[in-house]
Amino acid sequence: MLRILKPGLALLVTLALTWALNTKLGDVPPVARLLSPYRGIWQNGEAEADLAAQQTLQLPGLHQPVRVRFDDRRVPHIFAENEHDLYYAQGYLTAHDRLWQMEFMTRVAAGRISEVVGPKALEYDRFQRRMGLPYGAENTLREMLRNDTTRLVLESYSEGVNAYINSLSPKDYPFEYKLLDYAPEPWQPLKSALLLKLMAWDLSGRSDDLRLSNVLSKYGPDVVRDLFPDYPNREDAIVPPGTPLEFKPQPLPPTPPSFTAAMAGKLPQREPDPELGSNNFAVAGSRSASGLPLLANDPHLQLNLPSIWYQAQLHAPGVNVYGVTIPGAPTIIIGFNEDVAWGVTNVGGDVLDWYQLKFRDASQREYWHEGRWKPVRRVVERIVVRGQPDRLDTVLYTHHGPIVYDQNEKVFNKQTPIRHAMRWTAHDGGNEVLAFYRLNRAHSYPDYRRALRTYASPAQNFIFADNRNEIAIQPNGRFPLKWPDQGKFILDGTDARYDWQGWIPMEQNPHVKDPARGFVSSANQPSAGLDYPYYLGWDYAPSDRGHRINERLTQMRGATPDSLRNLQNDNLGVNARQMLPWMLSVVAGNAPAATATAPWKDAAQQVLQKWNYRYEADAIAASIFELWYNDLVKRLWEDDFGAATGLEMRYPSRARTNQLLLRESGASAWVDNRTTAKRETVHDLVTASLHFAVDSLTRKFGPLGPKWAWANQKSTDINHLANLTGFGRQDIDCAGSPGSVNAIGPRNGPSWRMVVALGPQVKAYGIFPGGQSGNPASAHYDDMIEPWRVGKLDELIFLRAADENHPRLQAAWRLEARP
Amino acid sequence: MPRFWLSTLLMFVLASLAQFFLPWWVLVPVCFGVAAWSRLGGGRAFLAGLLGVGLSWWLPAAWFTTHGAERLASRLATLLPLGGNAWTLALVSGVVAGLVGGLAALSGAWARQALQPESIRTRAVQ
Repeated sequence: MLRILKPGLALLVTLALTWALNTKLGDVPPVARLLSPYRGIWQNGEAEADLAAQQTLQLPGLHQPVRVRFDDRRVPHIFAENEHDLYYAQGYLTAHDRLWQMEFMTRVAAGRISEVVGPKALEYDRFQRRMGLPYGAENTLREMLRNDTTRLVLESYSEGVNAYINSLSPKDYPFEYKLLDYAPEPWQPLKSALLLKLMAWDLSGRSDDLRLSNVLSKYGPDVVRDLFPDYPNREDAIVPPGTPLEFKPQPLPPTPPSFTAAMAGKLPQREPDPELGSNNFAVAGSRSASGLPLLANDPHLQLNLPSIWYQAQLHAPGVNVYGVTIPGAPTIIIGFNEDVAWGVTNVGGDVLDWYQLKFRDASQREYWHEGRWKPVRRVVERIVVRGQPDRLDTVLYTHHGPIVYDQNEKVFNKQTPIRHAMRWTAHDGGNEVLAFYRLNRAHSYPDYRRALRTYASPAQNFIFADNRNEIAIQPNGRFPLKWPDQGKFILDGTDARYDWQGWIPMEQNPHVKDPARGFVSSANQPSAGLDYPYYLGWDYAPSDRGHRINERLTQMRGATPDSLRNLQNDNLGVNARQMLPWMLSVVAGNAPAATATAPWKDAAQQVLQKWNYRYEADAIAASIFELWYNDLVKRLWEDDFGAATGLEMRYPSRARTNQLLLRESGASAWVDNRTTAKRETVHDLVTASLHFAVDSLTRKFGPLGPKWAWANQKSTDINHLANLTGFGRQDIDCAGSPGSVNAIGPRNGPSWRMVVALGPQVKAYGIFPGGQSGNPASAHYDDMIEPWRVGKLDELIFLRAADENHPRLQAAWRLEARP
Repeated sequence: MPRFWLSTLLMFVLASLAQFFLPWWVLVPVCFGVAAWSRLGGGRAFLAGLLGVGLSWWLPAAWFTTHGAERLASRLATLLPLGGNAWTLALVSGVVAGLVGGLAALSGAWARQALQPESIRTRAVQ
């Protein structure tokens, strides 16, 4: 017996170690499977020569042969004989480069991350489902499958993705599957819809209704009117004030009596970043050197690797289009064809509202609406959790939408069980894919207008230019027909007069074509002037970028693509130009002599005085100003609207803040910090915040010097989607700021820069901060970061035929039906 | 050829071939079997397993590092963290597998000793 104890023990240790190295333990990957040269990550290597210059692939389900050319940025140029094959090939090739990303993002959207990483993502998954993102995706999918065209597009694309997935054995799975230890699952059209909804969440998922209701309860309507006015700046509205209406507006729903919501304790845990924005602009032939329009677009999104966009050219009978798409969504989303170009920026309109509900009793099975009790629909969500039993979560739905929280809410009024239902345009069906399908094939302005009709969410400013010298822009999507300020605060969910009552007719969305000024532009500012007959929302992004773009376009003559590229890279800070001279004068002004001579302040002030308001990578003044201004704003508002009040509120907009500082700060009661006994003046605030700015920079970088460079302080990072250390690019030395046209912030920025010159032979340029490949082993994983960083664009290769020659083409593939 | 080197070579060749078709852990029965067959002592069996299996990973890992996997391996070596060096990752990979191989070989050698009649066992140890 003792004799076999020793080998028995050794074998036990061996088997235990084998098991441990073959199993994912918590966050530790299955080490040996991951590192095995036979199946693990070593198999994911990709040398430049690994892309076959010539090859024929046999794929199941293709109808006719498809030809694909790859250029030196690894952009596929797809030439198909029919639409089925075109979208099949788009799906196949996108999956070839981005399978993990496209599949992972659909799990992010659907609230299915716990399946991959275990219970730590459970709350995230619950939130995604409770706010109805998968519910919205299903509604949209129903709409898209009802249409023959989009059904064909979505099903062909899925077929192509699945053809790629089925061609893989586990050793071929993208690296991330091996690290996280799971396998790709079959693609379905629903996943494409989920991606669109995820985009809708990022771009239209913010709502200040609860915060504004709290402000209203605490300070009353006069303060709201004063500090939170509707559209603080409309001079730079996208559709310029005075644009004639060519339609007869619908009557607005009557404004019901005012409703004071109960104070709201709980806000959505997750909200999209408010800094996501975008620029687009087009100049007419009157302002261009060629006499034909130029169009530019740069959507600002979170900067990640693999890149959020994927470039492709799609050619088939009736279509030849180039541009970018989200991996997982068919068609081209931003791009151009021989005749037209288009782009998008986000519309800040209010398309998400909250309704305060009254339940019959604690069981929450009935809610009061229109004078009677209505049944609550209960939907059970099953969440699969890795390593644990499935969790069930019941979500309550009213006719408004889902109740995002129904338990454990901190409720101020304990008499009534108050819950909030969410009403959001992204919950309704739309056919965005059809809109892009038609834009891809548009040849003229009427085609563009027609394409936009089925586009619902997230609302975008669709800019357009064509080679007949037409330019146009239309803030577009489905906008609820609202009474003024409907949804600025929490709405009464018991009264039908507060419900959304129809939609603004699509053709009456704000739009302008060929304005006299010779250009159109948007940068997330208000959609239209006060002369537009409908209410769209009260709060938009600061107009800084829009103002700067319009300022420069107004002066532009004889523009070339390079003029537009230059404008995309404009680093001027409009806010700094407006505020810094005043801030410096306040500090210099009525200051007591003793503090005015502090040497640190002198040096900092000298740097600031010489600054040209440009957020260049090496600008020291930019670092000081950003900290100084933001801290000043915080000192002004934190005591009144911050966490110290015990309520969730928000600060007034930047435009209102600046107006108060510049014109009203001498007398305004808001300047005083109410948490101190002393009565602060604006001079105290401005001086203290300058002190703070210089102090923090000194602590971070040492005494004032080149280390204070803006690029160091901003520290732009492009991270891997799963935040894997080593798989992103950190501390990128680049210019720009969130408020500049070149809106590169710490984590967000231009995710695709495109400039198109319309003409008899369209020419286009573009770049995104990453690469075509999602494989971290590939040189094309991040090869475009460097040109992007310095503001260069690639010429985009737009082929007219599959066998056209171009020096930058590197590979030619043929996809054939498998017999 | 001395038995030690013969065993090492056998483990290397058999483990490499088997891993082409089967999961990595097939190296456990391979090393166990070869060690049991070869009548090596415990310590030498362990070393043979470590080296034989280690080579079955080091050689292909080195080849892949020079043929397209270096970028990925150095990124992973940053994540783990192994200082961001692909070659360190290749070395560590082989050591991980080698340890399992060594332990399996040790188990095999000891099992053989345990199951043999007393007289042969004494000889084998010498």
